[in-house]
Amino acid sequence: MALLEVKDLQVFYGVIQAIKGISFEVNQGEIVTLIGANGAGKTTTMQSIMGLIKPRGGSVVYDGKDITGMPTHKIVGMGMTQVPEGRRVFSELTVYENLLMGAYTEKDRSRIKEDIEEIYTIFPRLGERKSQVAGTLSGGEQQMLAMGRAIMSHPKLLMLDEPSMGLSPALVDQVFEIIKHFHKTGTTILLVEQNANKSLAISDRAYVLENGRITVTGTGSELMASEEIRKAYLGG
Amino acid sequence: MSTLIEGLSIGSVYALIALGYTMVYGIAKMLNFAHGDIIMVGAYAVLTTMSLCGFPLVAILVAVVVCTLLGIAIEKVAYKPLRGASPLAVLITAIGVSYLLQGIAQLVYGSASRPVTIIDMGNVQIGNSAVRVSSIVTLVVGAILMVILTLFIKMTKTGRAMIAVSEDRGAAELMGINVNGIISITFAIGSALAAAASVCYLFQIPSATPTLGSMPGIKAFTAAVIGGIGSIPGAVIGGVLLGVIENVCKSTPLAPFTTSIEFGLLIVILLVKPTGILGKKRREKV
Ligand SMILES: Nc1ncnc2c1ncn2[C@@H]1O[C@H](COP(=O)(O)OP(=O)(O)OP(=O)(O)O)[C@@H](O)[C@H]1O
Ligand SMILES: [Mg+2]
Repeated sequence: MALLEVKDLQVFYGVIQAIKGISFEVNQGEIVTLIGANGAGKTTTMQSIMGLIKPRGGSVVYDGKDITGMPTHKIVGMGMTQVPEGRRVFSELTVYENLLMGAYTEKDRSRIKEDIEEIYTIFPRLGERKSQVAGTLSGGEQQMLAMGRAIMSHPKLLMLDEPSMGLSPALVDQVFEIIKHFHKTGTTILLVEQNANKSLAISDRAYVLENGRITVTGTGSELMASEEIRKAYLGG
Repeated sequence: MSTLIEGLSIGSVYALIALGYTMVYGIAKMLNFAHGDIIMVGAYAVLTTMSLCGFPLVAILVAVVVCTLLGIAIEKVAYKPLRGASPLAVLITAIGVSYLLQGIAQLVYGSASRPVTIIDMGNVQIGNSAVRVSSIVTLVVGAILMVILTLFIKMTKTGRAMIAVSEDRGAAELMGINVNGIISITFAIGSALAAAASVCYLFQIPSATPTLGSMPGIKAFTAAVIGGIGSIPGAVIGGVLLGVIENVCKSTPLAPFTTSIEFGLLIVILLVKPTGILGKKRREKV
């Protein structure tokens, strides 16, 4: 059974339809990528799934339950969260406090403590800077913090919206290593990327989004092999 | 000396009210123009309880409870349905709520000014000037409440959630924070502080009218903007600054121009620093 099932999703901004009836699914244990150019509707799709934008039509089913139109905080409580586009860490809070916010739904204090220690092991930079306010972190450190913060809630399904955006090649590699690590430790991943090389390489399956419609779908390696995809998204 | 203490004391009343404006602005992103009228409701709550039982402490407690519940109710009934509506619609609704509260007060208590004596604490001699004890109490209570509020926001989970919501509502929701719940709590805290301000205000001017909240409301709003709306220390600084300037002006030949000088200060500060003394620039999102 699919962990996440999106059916005929339609989203409007005013009179403009950004998502024109898309359907896709993410199965338990998969890494699935949504690729698409600027303005294709990737962020809109992610935000609609999380309830941050109310879709006008279609449905989102998570873990067998219809969550369409449900408030975001309830969806998070069910075990799904998102690393939003542009990181969006809380700049006035410290690294440590940002991680605490990630564990907002967790009641067990000793577990939170252990989890934070584990985050510091995965991201030693965050451990070194735990008392620094997040607004003064570098872009790469903020991305690490955004990822660490999201994993604090132990999501069954983690969505990442362009986590490699604006990072140096070395950091991009590190981001993908972390995603693989989260996946290995049992998290199902839905990834949005514009730069498709690395994401297709780690994906079980992928969908191509163009102008609010899904135009191509296949396994990661199928899409990497496709002439059309290479031209459009993989730089030739 | 007494001018300074009186100034600090009325300043802490302004600061307590300004905190309500600034917290609601920071978290719900709206100007709650009915906030001043909560003070008026608090004053009538004191008046009514005093005439029923005569215990000042009970009256103060009743005022706090009534104002807190009223704050939560106003948010639920009037503002929550407008989440996502244009700021103008929300502003007009807030003004409507303000007039509604004043109208109800007038209906119940009449428009004439009614005396409200909570407790007469007399004067105390400091150096060679007499200072009202109530002013010192106001100053101390104000300071204590502000410290508690600051600790609450810095040290508790709910406090941190308030910072998170004020910074980035969407990201806060992604943490699993119930934003509507946080907004309710914010209104509750703001209104409870307004009730405290109301009691302190009655110490200074012991009478209640339906429009009692307007002037301190506007002054406190000015204080919040001077300090940088959305900033909690800003509200405190703005309130105290305004209170001191007001009292200093009143003891000079400039007294008739006190209010003009206060609003003049607002204009000057906004010209020099449009975000207020401690205001931050809103980061543009990419
Ligand atoms: N708040 C908004 N109001 C109006 N239109 C919007 C809004 N947000 C997005 N859009 C429009 O919806 C379309 C899809 O935008 P979206 O942000 O989902 O694209 P994206 O695939 O995430 O792009 P990018 O790769 O640049 O992040 C675009 O045409 C965009 O202009
Ligand atoms: Mg996007």
